[in-house]
Amino acid sequence: MDVKLFDRISNTEWHVAPTGAMRVPAVIFATEGLIGDMDDKVFQQITNVATLPGIVRAAYAMPDAHWGYGFPIGGVAAFDANAGGVISAGGVGFDISCGVRTHLTGLPRQYIEERQNDLASALYRQVPVGVGAEGKIALDDQEMTAMLTGGAAWALGRGWGRAHDLERIEERGRCEGADPAAVSDHARKRQRREMGTLGSGNHYLEVQEVVEICDEPAANAFGLKQGECVVTIHCGSRGLGHQIGTEFLSEMAETAESHGIVLPDRELACAPIKSDVGQRYIGAMRAATNCALANREIIGHLARQVFAQFFKHAELPLLFDVSHNTCKLEEHDVDGTRKRLHVHRKGATRAFGPGHPSLPDALRPWGQPVLIGGSMGTQSFILAGASTSEARAFSSACHGAGRQMSRHQALKTWMGRQVIDELRARGIVVRSPSSRGIAEEAPGAYKDVRAVVDAAEMAGLAKKVARLQPMICIKG
Amino acid sequence: MTAVITDLNRVRPSQAVAIECEAHELDLLFYKWLNALVFEMATRCMLFGAFEVSIDGTRLKGLARGEKVDRARHAPAVEVKGATLTELKVEEQKPGCWLAQCIVDV
Repeated sequence: MDVKLFDRISNTEWHVAPTGAMRVPAVIFATEGLIGDMDDKVFQQITNVATLPGIVRAAYAMPDAHWGYGFPIGGVAAFDANAGGVISAGGVGFDISCGVRTHLTGLPRQYIEERQNDLASALYRQVPVGVGAEGKIALDDQEMTAMLTGGAAWALGRGWGRAHDLERIEERGRCEGADPAAVSDHARKRQRREMGTLGSGNHYLEVQEVVEICDEPAANAFGLKQGECVVTIHCGSRGLGHQIGTEFLSEMAETAESHGIVLPDRELACAPIKSDVGQRYIGAMRAATNCALANREIIGHLARQVFAQFFKHAELPLLFDVSHNTCKLEEHDVDGTRKRLHVHRKGATRAFGPGHPSLPDALRPWGQPVLIGGSMGTQSFILAGASTSEARAFSSACHGAGRQMSRHQALKTWMGRQVIDELRARGIVVRSPSSRGIAEEAPGAYKDVRAVVDAAEMAGLAKKVARLQPMICIKG
Repeated sequence: MTAVITDLNRVRPSQAVAIECEAHELDLLFYKWLNALVFEMATRCMLFGAFEVSIDGTRLKGLARGEKVDRARHAPAVEVKGATLTELKVEEQKPGCWLAQCIVDV
């Protein structure tokens, strides 16, 4: 993408002034180098988002932005329902409330290394992963409804998880305002055997070593110690979320005109927040959020069971669980007035700064943990929301590295076996049911996540706390 | 779409699933057909390798032939979450020869 399309505000902040149908500016937080690597469609998509009714302050793109369906991935946009604001299924994504959680183990690297292969195999056996893998939990209609309203709290009530987990999950593990009646039979059917499954593609369970501490006081508060290991899980709302996304994207595209919305791009399908379809989507989306929270709580429970077989005293306390495909109703300061806004974060993570009342006591002075995945062969980061993040982009940050190569191209470049062997030679054990899937997820297919998190820090979105490197990677 | 998941030659047409859908525009009909296939694949745990489709006005009737997912033989690479409206088009490129395309989310 040509950086000359933007007005440079700073090394990491670039604007497009409103022109034509744009109601607000478009703002990208990224270095010149990252912008140069972004595809041209990011500019088109972010300026399209800026045309939507009721949008507040700006349409934002994070340092890892790349083109998506309507909204760019790495896109953030807030809407005021009282100003005719819209809600967009494309602005949330197909994998509603896809997100990341990290458990602490307290185990030094050497302990994991001594049992690495056996631990990897045990995790692979215990956690259903990949296409065709069914969960061990089948939900009837009543339990499905309970899960859709209860989220991680529901899972805990069924014996999957620990009470302390809830304060370390956004919304304390349960999204209010879920409407199971807005979730179709098709969506329920798709989810019936998928609870506690990891999925495929870029979803993973990793055992990682903390290799660098970037902010010692925050790391101490988070329980992160150099040389110790953590377990990180990346997945979302599975088939239920995908089906809800599909159905509402279609309905919003068909009904946009009847709501007086001129879509610059059909993919930007949306509806007024206060409309019937808007309200139904919000109810269904919150139900899907609870599904994702429950799913990650169950997988966390499965990981604890495996670790208990190898390390009797490893409790695996939860550091944090945060989602990156969401639309949340939040209060933000807009020109000196507190307003309730629907904040879309598609491939972007909420990043509340220090002192935010929603954070648990132990984390509040430091800011909310922001969990950023890299690729399976490189590194991941744990950040903390910055005090400047609210003013920059409604307390938002990036979510990962983003692909720099298509799956098709990655398949032509690497063989799965080759990737597995190269990673093994570097001390990383990979388990996956698909050699082709591994090739498509090769480390070289992703951008450099370090450049992305450095830019996020320079832009005042979040601060680096620790850097992690994988030791075990379970992929679908 | 199946080729995104696995080698098409590995999918045996042992079972048939009937699908019907409707839309006023041809491209949206294609979009709904793909999403119907995604739903059937997900809920039946199947892969499809052969298709028969007839379109009458706004209605599509189709038969998808395939088999249950065999993880060892198919080694599926990704799951298709859904068809999107991105790059969606259905056009007759030359008489009797049609292109139907869209991007699917994986």
